[in-house]
Amino acid sequence: MPKTPKKPKASASAATPSPRRAKRDGQATQARLAKLADAVVALAEKQKDPFVDIPIRALSNVSFNEKTRYIEMGDKTQRRNFFNYGQAKRFMQTVLVASKCKQLVDEDKTASIRQIYYLAKHTIKGTNEKTFDDQDESDPVLEDLEVALDSLREELHIFASNRGNLVGPITLVDSGNELDCTRMGSAGYAVPSIVEPDIIQFKKCKAKFILHVEKDTVWRRFYEDRFWEKHNCIVSHGSGQPTRGMRRLLHRMHNELKLPVYALLDCDPWGYYIYSVIKQGSINLAYESRRMAVPEAVFIGVSAFDYERYDLSDDVKLGLDSADVKRCKQILAYPWFAGKRPWEKEIKKLVRNGFKMEVEALCNKSLSFVTEEYVPAKLKDRKQWLD
Amino acid sequence: MRQTGASSPAAGESQLTLSFSDGRPGLSPTETVKRAPKPKPAAAKTRPGRTRGLSAEDMARQQREISVSEFFAKNRHLLGFDNKRKAMLTTVKEAVDNSLDACEEAGILPDIWIEVSQLTEDRFCVCVRDNGPGIVKQQIPNIFGKLLYGSKFHRLKMARGQQGIGISAAGMYGLLTTGKPISIISRIAGKKDAHHYKLAIDTKKNKPDIIHDDAVEVDWEHGTRVEIELEASYAKGRQSVDEYVEQTAIANPHGSFAYQLPTGEVREYPRSVHELPPAPREIKPHPYGIELGTLMKMLKETECQQVGAFLQTEFSRVSPTISRSVCDTAGLTPRTWVKTVDPQTAEKLFNALQKTRIMAPATNCLAPIGAEAILAGLLKGIKAEFYTATTRPPAVYRGNPFQIEVGIAYGGELGGDWLRSDKSNGDASAPPETRVLRFANRVPLLYQQSGCSMYRSVVETGWNKYGLSQSRGSLPAAPMVVLVHMASVWVPFTSESKEAIADYDEIRKEIKLAIAECGRRLGVLLRRKRTKVAYARRRDVFTRYIDEVVNAVGEMTRVNRTEFRGHLLKLSERYTAAADMDFDDHGKVIRKSAEPGLADTVVVDRSDDGEPDEPEQGVLFEDEAPPPPTRKPARPRRKK
Repeated sequence: MPKTPKKPKASASAATPSPRRAKRDGQATQARLAKLADAVVALAEKQKDPFVDIPIRALSNVSFNEKTRYIEMGDKTQRRNFFNYGQAKRFMQTVLVASKCKQLVDEDKTASIRQIYYLAKHTIKGTNEKTFDDQDESDPVLEDLEVALDSLREELHIFASNRGNLVGPITLVDSGNELDCTRMGSAGYAVPSIVEPDIIQFKKCKAKFILHVEKDTVWRRFYEDRFWEKHNCIVSHGSGQPTRGMRRLLHRMHNELKLPVYALLDCDPWGYYIYSVIKQGSINLAYESRRMAVPEAVFIGVSAFDYERYDLSDDVKLGLDSADVKRCKQILAYPWFAGKRPWEKEIKKLVRNGFKMEVEALCNKSLSFVTEEYVPAKLKDRKQWLD
Repeated sequence: MRQTGASSPAAGESQLTLSFSDGRPGLSPTETVKRAPKPKPAAAKTRPGRTRGLSAEDMARQQREISVSEFFAKNRHLLGFDNKRKAMLTTVKEAVDNSLDACEEAGILPDIWIEVSQLTEDRFCVCVRDNGPGIVKQQIPNIFGKLLYGSKFHRLKMARGQQGIGISAAGMYGLLTTGKPISIISRIAGKKDAHHYKLAIDTKKNKPDIIHDDAVEVDWEHGTRVEIELEASYAKGRQSVDEYVEQTAIANPHGSFAYQLPTGEVREYPRSVHELPPAPREIKPHPYGIELGTLMKMLKETECQQVGAFLQTEFSRVSPTISRSVCDTAGLTPRTWVKTVDPQTAEKLFNALQKTRIMAPATNCLAPIGAEAILAGLLKGIKAEFYTATTRPPAVYRGNPFQIEVGIAYGGELGGDWLRSDKSNGDASAPPETRVLRFANRVPLLYQQSGCSMYRSVVETGWNKYGLSQSRGSLPAAPMVVLVHMASVWVPFTSESKEAIADYDEIRKEIKLAIAECGRRLGVLLRRKRTKVAYARRRDVFTRYIDEVVNAVGEMTRVNRTEFRGHLLKLSERYTAAADMDFDDHGKVIRKSAEPGLADTVVVDRSDDGEPDEPEQGVLFEDEAPPPPTRKPARPRRKK
């Protein structure tokens, strides 16, 4: 068993970091929605252009907190006006989605983001225009609303589809059902969108660490090879970029059960970014990083140096195109990567290599190479980790 | 017919019979004559080698004088009688042009009555009456019964008619085709009776043949009435009498026209400018505008004895100094006797005149229609939504002063506003093509459009920059009328039939400048209209979403939805106020509460402008259950 990479700071992280962490009762959310509506009415009455101020969810409005090692959202907001030709529809969509959330809270029901899309979608009277043309329009509006109202998604009674699975020696209670995650069948435990303490409680945990892999296909390899059993760990995946449910669960397990998190991701800019999201939160959902980020998470592979280290063959190479190189540069420029020499070396090596490598490519040696040799070796050698 | 630059002094009313066999000057300035087949009395030769050949004597027997009437009777197309349709137009045109000239010269605001009636299928009677000064009894036969008799030929002055051929040619054409003489009734103010003549033209002698002569009583005070029966055809549309009258009314807003169609319908074009245009002044030719032949003719006809005096009196802008320097250049002195100038010397003198820098001719001899009068004319004839006109300062080509005026009418009944449809729906019918109305000295030019400098200038203008679509080498596709008028003492027609303006660079440049000026103004309007459309679209979007917002907000909080909607609608209107812009005829934004009568606008009273005050209201609440929110005056509320 490897040593814990870094002990989670018990005091700071175990404590509920934010008051907003606690789920507020429905009334508070209702009040916030009503306040938004009242502001619009009041502005209209004053004959002023009604607006909603929405915090900007972009790189320009996030900062990296060196102390907590999260990405934090700044206080820049963008005013969404109704009487602005370019924003009118967005404004209308925002109040429309808000009213649907109000309805959900009032009726104490939850809806998926797709259901919200259908709830709010209708033809505008007297036209053949739809309020929403597709879900890509309603999802960001929902996120805007979360930030603008300073409410969590679950407080708005919204959930996303389940994504991500895990397997390992942990027993948890999900909505009152006790589940032993070693006995969940070949698909493992499906991580729901909302994993707050009132829904999921940890009952028993024998695992010593968490290995988070990028995709379910890789996860499947670890499941079949019973890696979790041999190494007494939890193996999870997030189907690419992990959703909020998965990230929140990682965060909770890390903080509440003191489990270190190791990430096994592809050797490409996308893999690096997934690691970055797990570790310090995403730019888009920066306001959630405090309750989702795992600043102690460690990247164990696949590293650009592993090609030589593990004597991989030519066949694992995947062409690196110009978009990848561009993305590498962007990642290097992020404040949370900048100044980290190992990461600089890693990314520069990737660019120098001129090829990417997927975790699955390790099968090229032998099918179980990854579970039997690669990961155990990685776990043993801290020098190969990237932090 | 081509005018000539020639002017023989004091020739005033002198009778002019042109015959071709008599002593012509070597180079005749009268180009009408040039057109004639040249009889060569001295050229006939016996040709001994040819047995069939006629002897010089035989030929001499066949050689005789050709009367100008005979000539034109055979070559009627030269005068605009090539076909029946055109004959009709030319007849009306000649009569009306004469009437207008007569009225203006006498300082009378013209009232013209035109009546075209159909007698048989191809026989018509054209009758034109004016309120002019009338014609002295003795002159009537000469004016109407003799070709090339008139007052306008021997001078350089802006006028419609020039040669004194038109009306008598029309009468001759009528006589030729129907056998009916031309009938004239003319009353001079203050005289009790009017003279009534029926005249035929003796084409052989080019002399009037008085068939009937008496005095009649008429119910009008003064004026002349001409009636011609002729073989013709009547058609509507382009190049018709209808169009001619319409355009004449546009170019002569100081005239009142009543036109009775063969169908019996009467069209009236009331007077919209109640002032006569300033009388154009007669000028002497400018040295740059003459040709060698003209100079030689002038030398022959002048009463001056010495070259210096000749130059100073017969030309405009020739001062003693210039005269001296011209003479120096030509190797003469101002004291050289005119009589001693032989053709070679004349050529030297001519070249000297062209080389010497001489001031441009006076331009106060022109009487342009004037931008305001053009507007008034356009307004009378065309129901558009935008009008603009401009008069260029006078310019000179080849020593002839001229002035260009351009007017533009856009939209309205010409094809409405199709800005809206040009992008959104492709099925919109193609917009009507721009019409070009061409005028020379207030006379509409209806034929040979594409050969005309005016038309070409319109085509060559890049209308795209004024917001109109135009494909290469064609007129812009827009509901627009472009009026181009050239006022000049000598309009350079491309042919004798006075149908198109020749392409002089100076003229074309002026036309284009005038078009550009009007085009820019139109462009401003179109840009404003586009803004209006954009704001209307904007309002459309806002109003579309207002109900959504009202309902969504209403579900979140307690609110009086009707009132809330009212507030939003009011805001929407405020933020899209540009959609309510209305434009006056000049493309200016009409301020809703504005003072009536803006200072710099020109007489334009159109009652049918403007939409109902608040059209959006109706649209908005079309299918709404609650009645439109009563627009209470905004609640008094404190403002920061």
